Amino acid sequence: MQAETQSGSPTKSLLRSALDAMLIPLLAILTAVVLGGIIIAVVRGNPFLAYYGLIQGSFGSAKALSETAVWATPYIFAGLAVALAFKGGLFNIGAEGQLALGAVSSAFIGYALPEWLGFDLPKIIHLPLAIIVGMGMGALWAAIVGFLKAYTGGHEVINTIMMNYIALIAISYLLNGPMKDPDPSNISARTPAIAESARISPIFDGLRVHWGFVFALLAAFLVWWLLTKTTLGFEIRTVGANPDAAKYAGINVKRTIILTMAISGMLAGLAGTFEVTGLNYRHEIGFSIGYGFDAIAIALLGKSHPLGVVLAAILFAAMRNGATRMQFLTQLPVDLISMLQALILLFVAADAIIRYIYRIKSQGERVVLTRGWGG
Amino acid sequence: MDWKRFGFIFLIIVVLFGAVVLVGQTKSSAIVIVTSMMATTIAVATPLTLGALSGVFCERAGVVNIGIEGMMLTAAFFGWLASIYMSHIFGFGVGISITVGVIFAIISGGLMALLLAVLSITYKVDQIIGGTVINILAIGLTGFLNRQLFFGKGSVFGGEIPHAPGLLPTIHIPIEEIFIPLCGGGANCIEVVDSINKVFDQKIVAISAILLVFIAHYVLFYTRWGLRTRAVGEHPKAADTVGINVIKMRYANVIIGGMLAGLAGAYFTLESVSSFEPLLTNGRGFISLAAVIFGNWTPIGAWTATLVFGASQALNIKMQLFRDVIPAQWAFLQNSYVVGLIPYILTMIILTGIIGRTTPPAADGVPYEK
Repeated sequence: MQAETQSGSPTKSLLRSALDAMLIPLLAILTAVVLGGIIIAVVRGNPFLAYYGLIQGSFGSAKALSETAVWATPYIFAGLAVALAFKGGLFNIGAEGQLALGAVSSAFIGYALPEWLGFDLPKIIHLPLAIIVGMGMGALWAAIVGFLKAYTGGHEVINTIMMNYIALIAISYLLNGPMKDPDPSNISARTPAIAESARISPIFDGLRVHWGFVFALLAAFLVWWLLTKTTLGFEIRTVGANPDAAKYAGINVKRTIILTMAISGMLAGLAGTFEVTGLNYRHEIGFSIGYGFDAIAIALLGKSHPLGVVLAAILFAAMRNGATRMQFLTQLPVDLISMLQALILLFVAADAIIRYIYRIKSQGERVVLTRGWGG
Repeated sequence: MDWKRFGFIFLIIVVLFGAVVLVGQTKSSAIVIVTSMMATTIAVATPLTLGALSGVFCERAGVVNIGIEGMMLTAAFFGWLASIYMSHIFGFGVGISITVGVIFAIISGGLMALLLAVLSITYKVDQIIGGTVINILAIGLTGFLNRQLFFGKGSVFGGEIPHAPGLLPTIHIPIEEIFIPLCGGGANCIEVVDSINKVFDQKIVAISAILLVFIAHYVLFYTRWGLRTRAVGEHPKAADTVGINVIKMRYANVIIGGMLAGLAGAYFTLESVSSFEPLLTNGRGFISLAAVIFGNWTPIGAWTATLVFGASQALNIKMQLFRDVIPAQWAFLQNSYVVGLIPYILTMIILTGIIGRTTPPAADGVPYEK
């Protein structure tokens, strides 16, 4: 009897904790959906039709699934960027700017390099080059903030916000001026289309989902591997948990802060890069508005865990994608989706409320996600 | 108060103004340029100042508020909506409608803050998440209601977005009664006094914002309330031991913060323009947040940060006006994109070069558990 419980308990508790980890988010989503349904009913909409439209529009067909994956790709990258920074005790509000800068640099390599060289590059050189330059610019942009934080103490929240505006103004200048598509029929602020050799092909014929989605999943795995299996990951997490202790333990805190920001910016840059090389084949002003801020919500919803980020990104992507179908069926404004997202985030974060509603006992320690403004 | 920092920021504003005077002296007199730039500075800084004060109150009590943006947006919408309902549906006069609008803006900002307080103080939710919830909820709620009320089925407004019945009035401070006798009343004298009047003739929210900066400074540093607020944000355990109700103090300060952000919201739709569009706050809540950190969590420090922003904006407007007389060696100032970068780059330079490390209240962001 005694032996039985002892041998059984570790598996049982592991299973229970896994169940508990999934249970709260699922109940949170359920609660948000019910509450959202009530809101829809209050404004005289049909909640069942609305949710039917949302699900049909996001998962109901091959095309719907493909579009959900298309939405999810930048969300996963940008969400990982914010999540990784959180792990390192840094709050990267600048994913928006890093993403846009990554996109515009990739687009530049994509259209200008063949013109400048005077001959067409093979895809095996051109495409990786476009991706590397895009992620490099994202990394550089964020590393500047990391450098300022490490050496002057200038707060990363201020500097990432300022760098966002600087990036967006600079891009606005470039796309209205030197990099503007010279096509006479073009009236919008956009770059010319990138060369064929810098484009990522779709995974399936006739669907827009491209290999960037697979790379996003791969990136999530690599971030998980980096954080849990490497020395650098250990250093990032230690600096994030307690910079003073990290310093005592002989970790180079300044270098770690800069590297954390650089990797975070690299991931955000990749979000922009894949939008250009895989989807739009050019950069246009306004395409990325709000990705950086959605990324914060996604990182928080995924509790800064790479797998959590992937799931949260797919959830957000599905909602954004299904919203059009929902609006078509019910004439309800797409903004309803933002309210639903806020409710989901609220209930996932406020697990105390969910535990109270469903009478679930609390298990274990609370996970510390962010550390306020740090020190 | 750190006078060295304050003096440095003042110097930067003087340099910005001086540059414009140098460029524009052939077109306009120095006093006219400086006073109109000061007026622009104050107007641009108004919502940022109030947003920053909102952050200062919340964070001094130990609650990180990244939801300033969302609180402003919600308040801008509901203040505007209330004024429209009062005038278009219930048929009240302009004055009453706008007053009710401002009150609704303040209340709705306070209610959003109450949500943040419940989440972060009672349910001990990570405060960054609490703020993010506020921001997303505000976008969804205002966007949803905006479309549903004005374009939805059976809308009382028939698919048309009305304007607020009017704007908050300008308050005229009669400084000419003191100055004109002083300078003798010549034509030159009247011109000077007129320009100075332009600086002081601000609208209600702009004037309240400046008064509130000093009130907030006094309250936080010279009253029992302020001492308790700071105690709760620095060392809640100690505060609790001497009998301060930590939870109550935090709730009260967060709600005060929300109401200040609400007043900032009123600036957008009842003082600056009379219409609402989705996302109209356009990131200014985040600039306020930056100002809070920049000003080292003090009202006057944060205010100076917003003034740098306002002054840079004033420079931008003037440079567009004086485009044709900008000297060749300063040609880069003709490019509106380059001038548009100035506030952001200046902020980063001042922050990293002069201010350096800022210190938040010790218990900022930490839920209090007995």
